[in-house]
Amino acid sequence: MNNECRRKVYIVDGSRTPQLKSRGKVGPFSAGDLAVGAARPLLLRHNFPLEDLDEVILGCMMPGEREANVGRVVALRLGIPQSVTAWTVQRNCASGMQSVDSAYKNIRNGDADLILAGGTESMSHAPVMFNHTMVNWLGDMMKSRSIGQKVSNILKLRAKHFKPVISLLLGLTDDTVGLNMGETAEIIAQKFNITRRQMDEFAVNSHHRLAASARAGLLDEIEVLYDEKGNYYDFDDGVRTDSSVESLARLRPAFDRKYGKVTAGNSAQITDGAAWLLLASEDAVNKYNLPVVASIADTQWAGLDPSVMGMGPVHAMTPIMQRNQLAIDDIDYWEINEAFAAQVLACIQAWQQDEYCQKYLGLDNAMGKIPYEKLNIDGGGVSLGHPVGASGARIILHLCKVLQRTNTKQGMASLCIGGGQGGAVLIQNESTTEAEAA
Amino acid sequence: MTQDTSNTVNSWTIEKDDNNIAWLHFNAANVSANLLSQAAIRELDDILITFEKQPPQALVILSDKKDSFIFGADIKEFTALETRQQALDFLHNGHALMNRLAALPCPTVSMVHGACLGGGTELSLACDYIVASDDRKTKIGLPEIKLGIFPGYGGTARSIERCGPLAAMNAMLTGSALPARIAKKILLIDEMVPLRQLKSAAENYALTAPKRKKLPLLARLVNVAILRPLVASQMRRQVASKAKAEHYPAPYALIELWVKHGGNRKQMLEHEALTVAKLATSETAKNLVRVFFLQENLKSQGKQIDFNVEHVHVIGGGIMGGDIASWCAIQGYSVSVQDQDPARLAQTIKRAQYSFKKKFKRDRRAIRDANDRLLADHRGAGLHRADIVIEAIFEDVTVKRALYESIEPKMKPGAILATNTSSIKLEDLSSSLKNPGRLVGLHFFNPVALMPLVEIIRGNETDEKVVQQALAFGKNIGKLPLAVKSSPGFLVNRILMPYILEAVTMAGEGIPPEVIDKAATDYGMPMGPIELADTVGLDICKNVANILSGALNIPLPDNLKQLSDSKLGKKTGEGFYRYKNKKPIKNKSAGYPNADEVQHRLVLRLLNEAAACLREGIVDNQDLIDAGVIFGTGFAPFRGGPMEYIKSEGADKLCQTLDTLKSRFGERFTKDAGWAMIE
Repeated sequence: MNNECRRKVYIVDGSRTPQLKSRGKVGPFSAGDLAVGAARPLLLRHNFPLEDLDEVILGCMMPGEREANVGRVVALRLGIPQSVTAWTVQRNCASGMQSVDSAYKNIRNGDADLILAGGTESMSHAPVMFNHTMVNWLGDMMKSRSIGQKVSNILKLRAKHFKPVISLLLGLTDDTVGLNMGETAEIIAQKFNITRRQMDEFAVNSHHRLAASARAGLLDEIEVLYDEKGNYYDFDDGVRTDSSVESLARLRPAFDRKYGKVTAGNSAQITDGAAWLLLASEDAVNKYNLPVVASIADTQWAGLDPSVMGMGPVHAMTPIMQRNQLAIDDIDYWEINEAFAAQVLACIQAWQQDEYCQKYLGLDNAMGKIPYEKLNIDGGGVSLGHPVGASGARIILHLCKVLQRTNTKQGMASLCIGGGQGGAVLIQNESTTEAEAA
Repeated sequence: MTQDTSNTVNSWTIEKDDNNIAWLHFNAANVSANLLSQAAIRELDDILITFEKQPPQALVILSDKKDSFIFGADIKEFTALETRQQALDFLHNGHALMNRLAALPCPTVSMVHGACLGGGTELSLACDYIVASDDRKTKIGLPEIKLGIFPGYGGTARSIERCGPLAAMNAMLTGSALPARIAKKILLIDEMVPLRQLKSAAENYALTAPKRKKLPLLARLVNVAILRPLVASQMRRQVASKAKAEHYPAPYALIELWVKHGGNRKQMLEHEALTVAKLATSETAKNLVRVFFLQENLKSQGKQIDFNVEHVHVIGGGIMGGDIASWCAIQGYSVSVQDQDPARLAQTIKRAQYSFKKKFKRDRRAIRDANDRLLADHRGAGLHRADIVIEAIFEDVTVKRALYESIEPKMKPGAILATNTSSIKLEDLSSSLKNPGRLVGLHFFNPVALMPLVEIIRGNETDEKVVQQALAFGKNIGKLPLAVKSSPGFLVNRILMPYILEAVTMAGEGIPPEVIDKAATDYGMPMGPIELADTVGLDICKNVANILSGALNIPLPDNLKQLSDSKLGKKTGEGFYRYKNKKPIKNKSAGYPNADEVQHRLVLRLLNEAAACLREGIVDNQDLIDAGVIFGTGFAPFRGGPMEYIKSEGADKLCQTLDTLKSRFGERFTKDAGWAMIE
C-alpha cells in the first residue's frame, strides 16, 4: 500500500492508573474498575461530545467474571452513549498494544476519526476455578433427586475434587510448548549468556529509575484511584527504592529452582493497572481543537518460536527500522517492556550480533547497540509491574510523555508476547512542532 | 353537591378482552398523575354499578400513567372540607365505592406499577388480588398519617385483614411507602413480578382466581380482643417516641380504633369514617395539609425554566462539598468533586459509600453506577465541562475570591457558579468575577441527604435567569428550593439564631439545658436548641452568631464568647451536655419552676425574627417564610409554620407576651415592625 494516501493518526492524550502490585489477595479493583478509573478524567478534560467517539477498544487478557467484553462494559460505565460500539482485544501480553494498533489502522484507513483505545488487567482478580472432576461431581449432584442419591454422591467426594485450577498460572504458561514464561526467559538467558548479576543490575536500575522519576513528578499520566474504604492510590507501588544487587542476589530462582537465574526480583511483577490513549484523525483534531501530542508512524507484529518468545521485540522492531530506513541513532528513546530482565538484555545483544541478525532477522549485518541510557528511562515492568493487558498501551503512552518532555523526535515502543510473538510501534513527537509553530 | 366539569371528563376506560376480562384503565385527564378525586370515585362507582348487574369474567384495575399507579386522594379537595359532616359525606363516597368493589361477584385484581399510595392502596385492598411490578418505582403505602389523618376509605380494616394487625398498623403508623419486595413480605400484595410479566400475572389471577394464602396463626391471634390492648400499649410506646399525642393525635386515634373495633369489620369501617372525619377537620390536619402544599409550592418554584445540567463540578471535598457531590451522583448527575488533597477526597469517596448504601441498599449495580458518576477530581478536570460549579470551600473571603478569579476563565460560557457560603455576602464575592451575574448562593443544610431545603440566594447582581436556573437545579436534585434575598444569615439561620442564642443565654443564667430543650420539644421542635448547638458545634455557632450579631444587632451571650477547645459540643464529647456514644447525657430530674417562660422566650425570639424577615422581604411572601422555617429547621409542622402559628394564636396576644419579656429581659424582645404586616 502506498504510504501517501494513508491518513495521519494522532495521539492527543492518554492516562493510566497507578500500577498496583498484587499482594497475594484480591486487589481493590477489577479490570473494568481500573479502566473506568483511568478514563473518566481523560474524557472529562476534553470538550468533544462522547457520542462523537467512533468506538472504544480495550485490550484485556482476563476480564472479571462479570465483565464479558469488558470494553463494552467499561464504555457503558463511562456514560459513553449506547450507540458507540466497543470491543475487547486479546493478544496476550500485547492486548493493550493491539487495541492501539487497531485504532490506528481504523483511523488511518478513514473508517474512524476518534477512538478511545487502551488496555486493562486485574491480575489479582484472576479466578481460581474448580477442576473438571469437581465440575462433573457438581453436575451429578444437581441431577440427583432422592436423599439416597445425594448421600451416595457426597460419599464420592475426594481430596482431588478440591484441587483448584489457578487461571493466572495457566495463563502465564504456553501450553503448545509446555513452558512457563519464566522458563522461556531461562532459555534465552542460557542462549545469550546473560549472567544473574547482569539481570539483577538491570532490575535494580529499573527500580531506581522509577523511584527517581516518581520523585521528580515525571509520571503525570497517572490518575489517582480511590477505593470504597477511604484509601487512595497515586503511585506505582511495586517500586523498591531500597533495591540493591546484594539484596536481589539473595532471592532463589523462581522457575528453574536449582540452577536457574530468573528470580521474582528480576522479572516483571504481577500487577493490576490500566492505560488509555485517545487517538484522532487530523479532521478530529481540528474539529474538536484537540491538543496534539504525538503521531503513530508505523506498527509491526512478528511471530517466532514460542520457547524464545522474549526475543519478540527485535523481530517486530527490525521491519519498522528497515521500512523507515532508520538507524539506531535515529530513535531518541526506547520503551521495551520488561517482562524479564533476561529477555530485554538478550534483545539488546541479539541486535549486536551479526549471526542473529542474519539468521533470524534477514539483515546483512548487526543492527547495533541500543544505548542503555535511552531505554526505559523511567523504569519498566520489573519495577512498575506488567499488568498483561495494559502494558502495551502504557509504554506507548509513556513514550509520548518522554518525547514531549525531552523535546525529541521519535521513539520506539515494543514488547514480547507469550506464545511467540512481538509487537512494536514507532511514535513521532508532534508537540515540538506545535510549539515551534506557536 | 354541585357537579364540577371534571366529572364529565372520562378518567376510566373499559377494555374487554376475548376472555371477557374487563381491563379498567385509569388515566386522569390533563394531569401527569392519577388522583382518586371525588369525581374519579363517582365515575368508577357508576361503572361498578353496571358491572354489578352484568359482571365480566374478571376485573383488572390498572393505570395508563407512565411509571405511576394512583398517588392517593386529591388533597386539594380536602382543604374545602369545613364541617365534620362534609368530611363524613366525602369519606362515605369512598366507602361506598370500596364496598361495591369488594362485593363484586367476579374476581378483581389490582395491577400495580409505580407509586400506589393512600386511596390507591385502599382501592387495591378492596380488590381480591394485588400484583405489583418489582420495579424500583413501585412503592405501595398508606401515608395518610403524615397529613394528620389515617386511611379513610376502608384501608384500616382491609389492610389489617390482609396483613395482620402488626404489619398493617406499622405500615399505617409510619406511613412509609414500601417497595414491592417488602409489600410482598408483609402479604400486602399477592405477587411481585418483573414489569414484563405484570400483565400476564394479572391475567392469571383474573382467570384462575386462586385461593388466597391464610394469615399466619400469630397474626390472627394478635387480633383477638383480649390481646389487642396489650399489643396496643406497645404500639403507643413506639409512637410516643416519635410524636406526642397532644401534637399528633392521629396515630393514637388509629390505635384506639383498632383496639375497640379490630375484630369487627363493619364497626371498624363505620368508626374509621367517623374518626377520620373528626381528624380531617382538626387544626393539626389542616396545618399538615398546608405543609404539604407549601412543599408543592417550593417544588413549583423550580419549574419556571428548563435547566439542562450534564455535569456538576463541586469544589471542596469537605463534608458539605462531598455530601453535595454524592447527593447529586445519587440523583443521576455526572459529578466531579475537586480538592487539592487526595487524602481528603479519599474520605469523601468513603463517606459517599454510606450515602449510596443508604439509598440503594444492597443494589450492587446502582451503587456501582453512582460511584461511576462521582469522580474524585484533584486536578479539576471536570471544571470546564460543568454547567453548574458549586463552591463549598471554607469560609474565607480572600480565598474564595482568588478561587473565583482562577476558575472563571476555565468555566463553560453560560455555566453558573454557586456558592454554599452561609455567612459571606454574595456581593463581596461576586466582584472578583468578570461576570458577577453568574454567581448565586446555593445554601445546603447539614446533613445534605436529610435536609430537604436549599436556599437559593439572590445577590444584588445575580442575573434573574441564574436564580431561575438555580431553583430548577434545586428541584431537579430532589430538594425544595427557596429563593432568598442576600442578607446576613439568609432566612433559616437568621430565624434560628436568636432562638439558639436565647437558649444559650438561659443556660448561662443557670437554667438546666434539659429544661430548655424540653420547652422546645414540647412546643414541637424536632430537637432542643441546646442539643442543636452542641450538634452543630459551638465554635461554628459562635462564628455564625458573630457574623449575624454585627449585622442584626444581636448580642453574643457571654458563655459563647470564651470557648474551650475540648468543649465544642458533640464532636469533642462535651459541650453544654456531655456525650456518651454520641448521645447526650441528660439529667431527667432537672427542673425549673417557670418552664412556660422558658418556652415563651425561645419561641418569641424566633417569631420576632420571622416578623423581621417578613418586613425586610427576605423571601417573596409570608407562606414562604413558613415553608423555609419548616423545611429548613424542622419547625413543628403541625403548627403550620411561624406565620400560621401567629395567626392562629393571635398576634396581639403574642405581642403582649413579647412586651412582658421586654420589660423583664431587655431590648432584644423589642417588637419588630414586621408584626403589623402579618396577614
